[in-house]
Amino acid sequence: MSDAEARAERLAVTFTVNGVEKTVETLPMKRLLDVLREDLALTGTKEGCGEGECGACSVFVDGRLVNSCLIPALQVEGSRVDTIEGLARGGELHAVQRAFLEAGGAQCGICTPGMVLAAVDVLRKHPNPTDEQVREGLAGNLCRCTGYMKIFDSVMTAALAIASRDGEGAA
Amino acid sequence: MGRTVGTSAPRKEGVDKVTGAARYVDDLVMDGMIHGVTVRSRVAHGRITGIRFDPGFPWDEIVVVTAADIPGRNMVTMIEEDQPFLAADLIKHPEEPVVLLAHADRDLVIEAAKHVHIEVEELPAIFSIDDGLAADVRLFKDDNVLKRFLIEKGDVDAAFAEPGLVVVEGEYETGAQEQLYLEAMGMIAVAAPGKGVTVWGSLQCPYYVHKALKPLFGLGDGEVRVIQAVTGGGFGGKEEYPSLIAGHAALLSWKAGGVPVKVIYDRAEDMVATTKRHPSRTRIRTAVKPDGELVAMDVVFDIDGGAYATLSAVVLSRGAIHAAGPYRCPNSRIHARAVATNHPPHGAFRGFGAPQSCFAYERHMERVAEAVGLSSVAIRRKNLLGPGDLTATSQVVEDQIDFPALLDQALEASDFEAKRAAFAKHNADPASHTRKGIGVATFYHGGGFTGSGEVHLASVVGVEALRGGRARVLAASTEIGQGTNTIFSQIASDALGVPYEWVEVAAPDTGRVPNSGPTVASRTCMVVGKLVQDAAGAVVTTLRKAGLLGEEHTPEQLAAAVDSYLERFGELRTFSQYKPPAGIVWDDKTYRGAAYAAYGWAAYVAEVEVDLVTYEPHLRGFWAVQDIGTVINPLLAAGQVEGGVTQAIGWALFEEVRWREGRMINNQLTNYIIPTAADVPPIHVAFAPVPFAHGPSGAKGVGELPMDGPAPAIVNAIEDALGIDVRRVPALPEVVMEAVLAKRAAAGEVQHV
Repeated sequence: MSDAEARAERLAVTFTVNGVEKTVETLPMKRLLDVLREDLALTGTKEGCGEGECGACSVFVDGRLVNSCLIPALQVEGSRVDTIEGLARGGELHAVQRAFLEAGGAQCGICTPGMVLAAVDVLRKHPNPTDEQVREGLAGNLCRCTGYMKIFDSVMTAALAIASRDGEGAA
Repeated sequence: MGRTVGTSAPRKEGVDKVTGAARYVDDLVMDGMIHGVTVRSRVAHGRITGIRFDPGFPWDEIVVVTAADIPGRNMVTMIEEDQPFLAADLIKHPEEPVVLLAHADRDLVIEAAKHVHIEVEELPAIFSIDDGLAADVRLFKDDNVLKRFLIEKGDVDAAFAEPGLVVVEGEYETGAQEQLYLEAMGMIAVAAPGKGVTVWGSLQCPYYVHKALKPLFGLGDGEVRVIQAVTGGGFGGKEEYPSLIAGHAALLSWKAGGVPVKVIYDRAEDMVATTKRHPSRTRIRTAVKPDGELVAMDVVFDIDGGAYATLSAVVLSRGAIHAAGPYRCPNSRIHARAVATNHPPHGAFRGFGAPQSCFAYERHMERVAEAVGLSSVAIRRKNLLGPGDLTATSQVVEDQIDFPALLDQALEASDFEAKRAAFAKHNADPASHTRKGIGVATFYHGGGFTGSGEVHLASVVGVEALRGGRARVLAASTEIGQGTNTIFSQIASDALGVPYEWVEVAAPDTGRVPNSGPTVASRTCMVVGKLVQDAAGAVVTTLRKAGLLGEEHTPEQLAAAVDSYLERFGELRTFSQYKPPAGIVWDDKTYRGAAYAAYGWAAYVAEVEVDLVTYEPHLRGFWAVQDIGTVINPLLAAGQVEGGVTQAIGWALFEEVRWREGRMINNQLTNYIIPTAADVPPIHVAFAPVPFAHGPSGAKGVGELPMDGPAPAIVNAIEDALGIDVRRVPALPEVVMEAVLAKRAAAGEVQHV
């Protein structure tokens, strides 16, 4: 252990990740991004910029989409954290994930986990989104490959899929 | 069974990417792995007089590497050998790596870097093309010219002397641009004497890294192994610099006795230290008949290469070859220079010099049009290249394109003429707070390595037939988001006559795949894809020759034939190697002949609305029509065009690298602005395919073409909106504002503050 670490006091932080309660011993100011990636081996959450500009590290904390590079570990004590790894349930892809495959929303894939979660967030807020709502909802997530067109298509494709599934469920 | 080429087959590695399961280099963890960091010069030009380590820091715990620890040659093997892995004496740019540190505790080693002081005796430094050419400070040979080309056709001087011609001159500039792949670069290395060197990383060109590591350690081919991890974008940025990072990680591991060392750049380091698009300046002088027919073009194309030669020579070559545009012009002279400065070396970025020269010639065409009283469309239509015409390198255009028809398609799709008229009305209305405009650019882009490049590469691809008729493509061409895995699988499955799902692409690993060349230059589909097709076809031929397969076959028959073959012979691998199409002749000495086996051709239209309060140009629509030959996968191809157009929108309007003493000072996403979801207009993509006889199923390249045309189309639209002649990108709001104010001042209008 280094001097720097020995000086800093480690804390036990307990929170729920993708529905499972976890406790990690960590420096209180360690970024949630690093706790997820290093302590919990959930490497689906990516670092793009480390300053909250690109959204590659997007996760849900208590249902709110946040940049995990800006959240210190101690802040999630008692919270519910949902990452990309928890989105597909029982081996079945989420409608947004399927739509990204179908409509070409992923290219290099490094922004994709964050972008998929941002798209889920858009559709939770606006099940039948306008073009403008999609653009605004995704504006905090940068993509350098797609030019966003296929990502917009993916969100619209997912909205239709969810609506038709929910429609069937209601019928 | 149906062909898969021409369909939007699903991305091969798509599920891994949408679930977060894909493993990029920073996601990889190895037993005992430690973290490496790089200590850099911070001075643009000077001599190292000492390296001081602050006392009181636990240096005995830290792995420290300097140039003195290098077991082999301290030189990055590229085109010229002038760039060291670690500076030993001379510092030529402010981000020169000097010391490497590693420790298991990443925070500690980051802290340690702050306690290393590189003492430098500073020398005068130069940061512009003109200062480079003045050569008061010598950085490269006598004249600081890293590379020079002269491309001549006809008799330019005699043509300019002809009477009755209109002569138009112009000077155009483009700024540096950061590739900004969203995965910053990184490498993991395991290296030790007697055990060789293995690296895993984010990279485009496994065999470039392989070539660079061998002399660094004095090792042979089989002792160095380079494996690509899933890579989060490249755009050219991961063509060359990964060799340095791989070397650094491997040097640390070597010194540390073979423990795995991970070197991951954060965004700030990636932006400040690694290569960017070359800044450029182009001077064009054109002689044109009063009816708009081009007679002569005299172009001087200069790029800022930065401190080392790296790839500047080939970036310059491509930029120069494209510099006369896709126009018939009997007399042309292109003089091109890459100039050394004390910037970190500039490098490959999608388009590779062509976007720079394209910006110049497509802005200049507006001036030519104005000088002879023709419209933007008419001047282009009159001069566009067609089959049988000669390019600037005297290559006969073989592609059977109808360029005017392609232009018409873009004009119709965008409703160009009607909008020009409607916008003129809107702009004349004193009550409107915006100005609207629409602009066009016509351009082309050569596919594959320039000139004899493909012959020298002599790329090889293999296909391995597996039990049950499954097959694996063996190539060093990397998937970097553009769809290599998918299109190779489509091409191979069609050639084998099996379903798409039966084919996989081996992860690029120099220990397992042949050298199919670098993943650059729009060559992966057109050149390497053709080799995939041939190698897969050779599997079928082999089975037929062995009497196991008839002239026609079902997938099941192929599966049975492969199984029998494997039973009898153990394995079935076939290989194909590049051979130039007949008639493709290039002269490296005169820079004449077939510069590329084929070209992509395009006409792009941009529509803008400029806010008269903020002077922000807002894009309202973009239309991209192109011929890229047969489209292998329409969804992926459209994605390439949309992505390229968007990067070019960034370069045209937002992305300005700000320099201070040779360093980028806005090296973070907070103040280096790339397009967001809120910034992009609807991008309408259309293909006008003319199959290319020597591409796989008629395909050409697509990756770079969409980077070339958008910037001039956008600035042409801004000119249409405001009547201003902007001659540089990025056309930031302040640039637009100054041009508007200057125009008003020139017109004697009162300034409103």
